[in-house]
Amino acid sequence: MSVLDSELGTDRSEADAAPRTRSGRRYAGAFRSAKEARRYWMLLAVLLALGIVASIGLLLYNNPVPVDSPSFIPVVKRRLTAVISMLIAALCHSFATVTFQSVTSNRIITPSLLGYEALYSVINTSTLYFFGATAFVSFIGMGSFLLQMALMIAVSLVLYGWLLTGKYGNLHLMLLIGIIIGAGLNSVSGFMRRLLAPSEFDLLQSRLIGSVTNAKAEYFPIAVPIVVAAVFLLFLFSRKLNVLSLGKDTATTFGVNYRTNIICALVLVAVLMSVSTSLIGPLTFFGFLVAMLSYQAAQTHDHRYVFPMAFAIGYAILTGAYFILYHMLNSATVVSVVIELVGGIVFLTVLLRKRSL
Amino acid sequence: MPVPRNVSAEVGIASQPPLSARRTIWTVPFIAAILAVIALGVVSLFTGVYDIWGQEDGWDMFFITRVPRTVALMLTGAAMAMTGFIMQLMSQNKMVEPTTIGTTEWAGLGLLAVYLLIPGPTLVMRMTGAIAFSFVGTMVFFLFLRRVRLRSSLIVPIIGLMLGSVVSALSTFMALFFRMSQVVENWFIGSFAPVQAGRYEFLWIIVIITVLIFLYANKLTLAGLGEDVATALGVNYNRLILFANALVAAAVGIVAAVIGNIPFLGLIVPNIVSMARGDDLRSNLPWVCVTGMGTIMLCDIISRVIIMPFEVPVSLILGTLGAVAFILILLRQRKMRRL
Repeated sequence: MSVLDSELGTDRSEADAAPRTRSGRRYAGAFRSAKEARRYWMLLAVLLALGIVASIGLLLYNNPVPVDSPSFIPVVKRRLTAVISMLIAALCHSFATVTFQSVTSNRIITPSLLGYEALYSVINTSTLYFFGATAFVSFIGMGSFLLQMALMIAVSLVLYGWLLTGKYGNLHLMLLIGIIIGAGLNSVSGFMRRLLAPSEFDLLQSRLIGSVTNAKAEYFPIAVPIVVAAVFLLFLFSRKLNVLSLGKDTATTFGVNYRTNIICALVLVAVLMSVSTSLIGPLTFFGFLVAMLSYQAAQTHDHRYVFPMAFAIGYAILTGAYFILYHMLNSATVVSVVIELVGGIVFLTVLLRKRSL
Repeated sequence: MPVPRNVSAEVGIASQPPLSARRTIWTVPFIAAILAVIALGVVSLFTGVYDIWGQEDGWDMFFITRVPRTVALMLTGAAMAMTGFIMQLMSQNKMVEPTTIGTTEWAGLGLLAVYLLIPGPTLVMRMTGAIAFSFVGTMVFFLFLRRVRLRSSLIVPIIGLMLGSVVSALSTFMALFFRMSQVVENWFIGSFAPVQAGRYEFLWIIVIITVLIFLYANKLTLAGLGEDVATALGVNYNRLILFANALVAAAVGIVAAVIGNIPFLGLIVPNIVSMARGDDLRSNLPWVCVTGMGTIMLCDIISRVIIMPFEVPVSLILGTLGAVAFILILLRQRKMRRL
């Protein structure tokens, strides 16, 4: 299947979901042929292996102390924090973006649009602005993490409840209003940033640019169970998502309660996005990049297969990028910026090749 | 491309009074609006911390900072409101304006590129960079709009804003890489505080752009009917789109280089005017101009008074109020089931 083919989006997925006859035999699987299924599993295995190799590399490569030294384990432990946060980021962004794109029946938007980043930067900037640098540096405990997350989920729930239910519920309208709220919040935090001293500005900027070094291990006991639960629920939700991705009318015809189900899915998306944003900071186009690549790689629209592929790709990209930039080019700080840039450029090319939206 | 809403309104004879009834621009409400803008201008001239009457050099200061600032406000307001108006006409979408399709971000990228290529660039160089990049950005978006079939008119601003964030991600990357983040950050907050004699004169080019827009108003209105209709009526559609985009890019680029980012003005003003007066495109143009001037002056006066003796950048006021106004406009249209 060529690149263009898979971008035809929902028209194809309808065809793929339907049972089809092949060489006289009834075939109702997610793949068009056994060959494609084999290809899928091979690719998944290779990507997972790449991710594992890169994470082992991140853990062990270039370790300054020898293996038999007692301080070898602490060094690995410290590096493990970064690897776990990559795992969380990959899980959150891949599942959230794939779900979001299916629910909105649109392959080129990401949930990051809904203003999580703006909210995150407003929370951080206003902490620094109103309470000063000392308070800002100490605003990293469990309480602040939970507070940020609760705020983000609350805002998205209000948004969904307000704009998706009722007589005039409209998904595009909700998206647009989410973006505009984000823009408004950005201008508020932009103003506050302007009044900061350059030293404070640097302090803030290091936190506002997504980085796994922002993650603190003490958040993991809360973040990991939440993410695992949300991801598990979404995976169970796969078959519903297959139907929802066909669009409102088709899904309703198939007997799915459209509105209730998309709100459930979007709540899970909000949970994942807010965990990821408050744990490692904003990443706008990473999810887009991952989702797009995974549709290409999986060659199916069945979410049970797209989800694992998306996760494998996201994890391989993150760990691979960190390994290369950290150990070979010695510039770890720009990893997220590079990923964002690549994602942005891919977004542009996909956009310009689109025929319909 | 979908048939624009306003066409059906104009075609139905019963829904619109004949053109002759609306032809006169100098109606009583319009003169009242102009007087209101002049009054705001006077308020703007006499708002500030420096004591003009008491100090010896008070009147010098008046002509060095207050007059240029008020003029700059008027020109910028008119420019941004009209660019929004023209872009909405060309794209047949009420939600399009420099902020929502990324033109502003392109201009910012252009400025940054000039800063990187030339150490200590002059205003002319910065302006050229901003204009060139915003032209490219606007063309990219219009090219994209012409190619795709849209399911909803709301998709356009969503895609445009995403495009804008791609471009600003690029700017962030370059700024981080070359350690110029605070330049970008400072640029992105448009403010009239640094405007004074000798620093704003390029804004007068906007007068030329305005005159051109008024001269071509009829043709631009035809282009707003879509490629097929415009071509049938004897307009070279592609050339006109190129021309309109050049005008938009010039206005946005000049404002970006001299003032900075002025968000949402091009969206709110034309929408409010068309809500109040209907979609009578030709006679709305002067109204858009005047309302744009009034809105930005009001916002600037608020921004100067709100934390006196300091001042807030006007883009903060516009960004916040504009976001609220945008959401209200969207909700109102939702109520009217026009979306």
